[in-house]
Amino acid sequence: MSGTALANLADWIRDSSVYRSIVRHGSADTNRNRSLVIFENLFLHVHPVKVREKTLRFTHTFWLGGITLVSSIILFATGILLMFYYHPSVPQAYIDMKELQFVVDNGVWLRNLHRWSAHLMVFGSFLHLIRVFYHRAYRPPRQFNWVIGVVLLLLTLLLSYTGYLLPWDQLAFWGVSVGTNMAKEAPLIGKPLRFLLLGGNIVSENALLRFYVLHCVVLPVAFILFLSVHIWRIRKDGGVQGPPEDPSAEKGAP
Amino acid sequence: MPEDRAKSRGLLSEEETRRDFLTRIGVGACVVTGVGAAFTLLDYMEPKVLFEPPTLFRAGNLNDFPEGTVRFNEEQKTYILGAAGGGVYALSAVCTHLGCITRYLSSEGVIACPCHGSRFDLEGNVVHGPAPHPLPWLEVKADASGNLLVDTGRTIPHGKVLKV
Repeated sequence: MSGTALANLADWIRDSSVYRSIVRHGSADTNRNRSLVIFENLFLHVHPVKVREKTLRFTHTFWLGGITLVSSIILFATGILLMFYYHPSVPQAYIDMKELQFVVDNGVWLRNLHRWSAHLMVFGSFLHLIRVFYHRAYRPPRQFNWVIGVVLLLLTLLLSYTGYLLPWDQLAFWGVSVGTNMAKEAPLIGKPLRFLLLGGNIVSENALLRFYVLHCVVLPVAFILFLSVHIWRIRKDGGVQGPPEDPSAEKGAP
Repeated sequence: MPEDRAKSRGLLSEEETRRDFLTRIGVGACVVTGVGAAFTLLDYMEPKVLFEPPTLFRAGNLNDFPEGTVRFNEEQKTYILGAAGGGVYALSAVCTHLGCITRYLSSEGVIACPCHGSRFDLEGNVVHGPAPHPLPWLEVKADASGNLLVDTGRTIPHGKVLKV
C-alpha cells in the first residue's frame, strides 16, 4: 500500500513541470537514458558513461585515487566548518584552536577529522603516484594527466604546509620559520619570495593571514580546477589504467 | 580602396591584412595589460609598513658587561657578551642553519640550537653542524657615558670587539 503510494509520489514528482525543466530525459530504464544521466549533468559528465567491470575491482587500482579524492572532499567539508570558529589573528588563532578542541561541540572531532584526512590525502596521493608508475599508467595517451597529477601533488603539499601554520602553536611557528628559510635559499627569487610569502621579514601576523588566505581560498580553487581536469582526462583517455594486460607481450619488454 | 592606398604609401605591408594588424594590436594590448596587472599585484602584495621590532635597541651600560658575561635579549634575538680583555660585542641568536632561536647553555659554555643540533662557541664560530656559517656579529655603539646601542640590522666583521 505504502509502496504504491511512494511510487505514485515519485511518478508525480517526475512528471511535474519543475522536475522536467531540470532533468530532461526519462527515467534511467534504457541505455540511452542511462547515458543521458551522465551526459546532461555538469557534475557527472566528467565521468565516463560506461566502465569495464574489472576496472572497479580493488586490486585493479587499489582505489588510491578514489581514497585521495574522498579525503579531499572530507577536507573541504570539515575545513569550511572549522572556519566558522577560527580567526586568523595573533593570539586569537591559538585560542580558537584550543576552543575548538575543548569547548565547541564536536569541535575536536571535526578538527581531528580534518587533520587525519590531510595526512591520508598526502599519503594516498603518494601511493597513487607510485601505483600509476608501476602500472605504467603514465604512458601515452596519459602523459598529460601525469603532469596534471604532479601539479595536484604539489598543490596538496602546499595546502598541507599552509594549514600547518594556522594553529599558531610552537610547532607551527618553527615549522614555518624553517620552511620559509629553506625557500629563502632559492637562487635570486628566494629572498623576495620569502618576504612576499610572509608579508614581512619574520613569521608574524601578516604571515598567518597570508597563509590563511592561501590555505582557504587560493590553493583550494586551484586544486578544484586541476582536479576537474584530472578526472575529466581519465574519461578522455579511456578510463582508469590498471596493470598492463600482459607485460611480456608488450613491445620493448625484456 | 583605402587598403590599397595605405599599401601604396607603405603604411601597410603586402603580407599583413588589416585584420592581422588589428589582431596584433589587440593581442599586444592584452599582453601589456596582463604584465601591468601582474606587476600591480606583486606591488600590492608587498607590505609598505611592517609592525616588526625595531632593529636598534639599548643594551645597558658597558660597565654591566665584565669579561665572560652573556646576556640574551629575547625580543631582539641577540646575545650581548663581555669580551676577554674588556669590551663588548653582540651576536645574533638566529641560527644560520634554518632560522631557529639558539640558547646559551651556561653549564657547557656553548650556544646551542634546539631544532637541528647546531652548536656555536661564544664568538659565534660553528662547533658542531649542520649550521653552515658562524653567528653574525652585530654592530654595537657606545656613547660617552658607555650606554650601548645595538643594531640587529647591521653586521660587522667577525671578532671586532667594541672597546672604549
